[in-house]
Amino acid sequence: MLLVLLIGTFVLTVSFVPPAYSLSDAYKNNIYNPGILKPTDSVLRVTVGDRAPDFTLKAVTGEEVSLKQYRGKKNVVISFVPAAWTPVCSDQWPGYNIVKDIFDQHDAVLLGITVDNIPTLFAWTNQMGNLWFPVLSDFWPHGKVAAMYGVIRSDGISERALFVIDKKGIIRYIDIHDINKRPSLEDLVKELEKLK
Amino acid sequence: MKRIISCWLAVIMAVLMVVSSVSAGSPPAVGGALPDIKLPVPKDSVDKNYLDLGFFGFGSFKVPEIKARLVIIEIFSMYCPYCQREAPNVNQLYAKIEQNPALKGKIKIIGIGAGNTPYEIQTFKQKYSVPFPLFADSDYAIHKMVGEVRTPYFIGVRINHDGSHQVIYSKLGAMESVDQFLATIVKLSGL
Repeated sequence: MLLVLLIGTFVLTVSFVPPAYSLSDAYKNNIYNPGILKPTDSVLRVTVGDRAPDFTLKAVTGEEVSLKQYRGKKNVVISFVPAAWTPVCSDQWPGYNIVKDIFDQHDAVLLGITVDNIPTLFAWTNQMGNLWFPVLSDFWPHGKVAAMYGVIRSDGISERALFVIDKKGIIRYIDIHDINKRPSLEDLVKELEKLK
Repeated sequence: MKRIISCWLAVIMAVLMVVSSVSAGSPPAVGGALPDIKLPVPKDSVDKNYLDLGFFGFGSFKVPEIKARLVIIEIFSMYCPYCQREAPNVNQLYAKIEQNPALKGKIKIIGIGAGNTPYEIQTFKQKYSVPFPLFADSDYAIHKMVGEVRTPYFIGVRINHDGSHQVIYSKLGAMESVDQFLATIVKLSGL
């Protein structure tokens, strides 16, 4: 009976496979699959209407980027993704990379943030082609910015989260997305359209 | 105890029956048939005319119903960097076919965007000025049917005069040379 239960449990477990992500041959077999994770695992510390907490982080390209440098000039989309070299994350930013015109039309910039260190982000984002937006490392103090926004998970990675911040520095949209799924582009574009 | 085991086995069988209907198959094998893929008839008149579906010009259709001798299917994703880089080459392939009187109308190309919404497909089409029809596969249903292949993946399907069809090309990766790819696929199709 124990054997039957064990086999049954195994069958049920392997049957519920996540949808395929990181399909691109660009990544070859270098993507680590963590399996299905708890959809969200953090307590949000900001809300729509709040002033977005300022931060300064180092970009892969070497420069330091602060949120406040866009105040009064650009709308800002912050895209937290959980970890480099994982399935869904590797399939998110390359899509944003071909829609710079959409961000431009809405007078918006994109800031990509993970808690990975710079060398890891350098190697990973190189597979995506030349990204037009800054990729920022929230590695040390580990996940400090993710924690300020309340999107750091209990295992130290961040949520898959989108924040839309207007030119006044006010948070206008928050999407703490199911970590196992990629947010659709149209949902983000709809929010950018609301900024007009 | 027998009852518990029987119940547990019944649960497993039920789950397997459900899962088997949506689980991944194998990549289409050369010499075999294409999975039973259904696609929506395009609303865009240019795409619709290109496919020339005739009687099947509404609702949904299957690949072998496209009026052609050979259909090239590209499984791609808007989010795939290699697919983005390959887009101009596939457009060039389309142009070479359309400019060749011996091939025009006989070879047609379609793209299926794995995990892409209709909006994302349209974004990709506009970004790269893709001249052939692209179809959304938002829930990965088609992608599962073709073995959850990585992208870009090209499948060549020969359509015979009697309506039957056969996969003559099934390969992962970008075309190394558009001319070489076209020559290879024409030769394999027997056109």
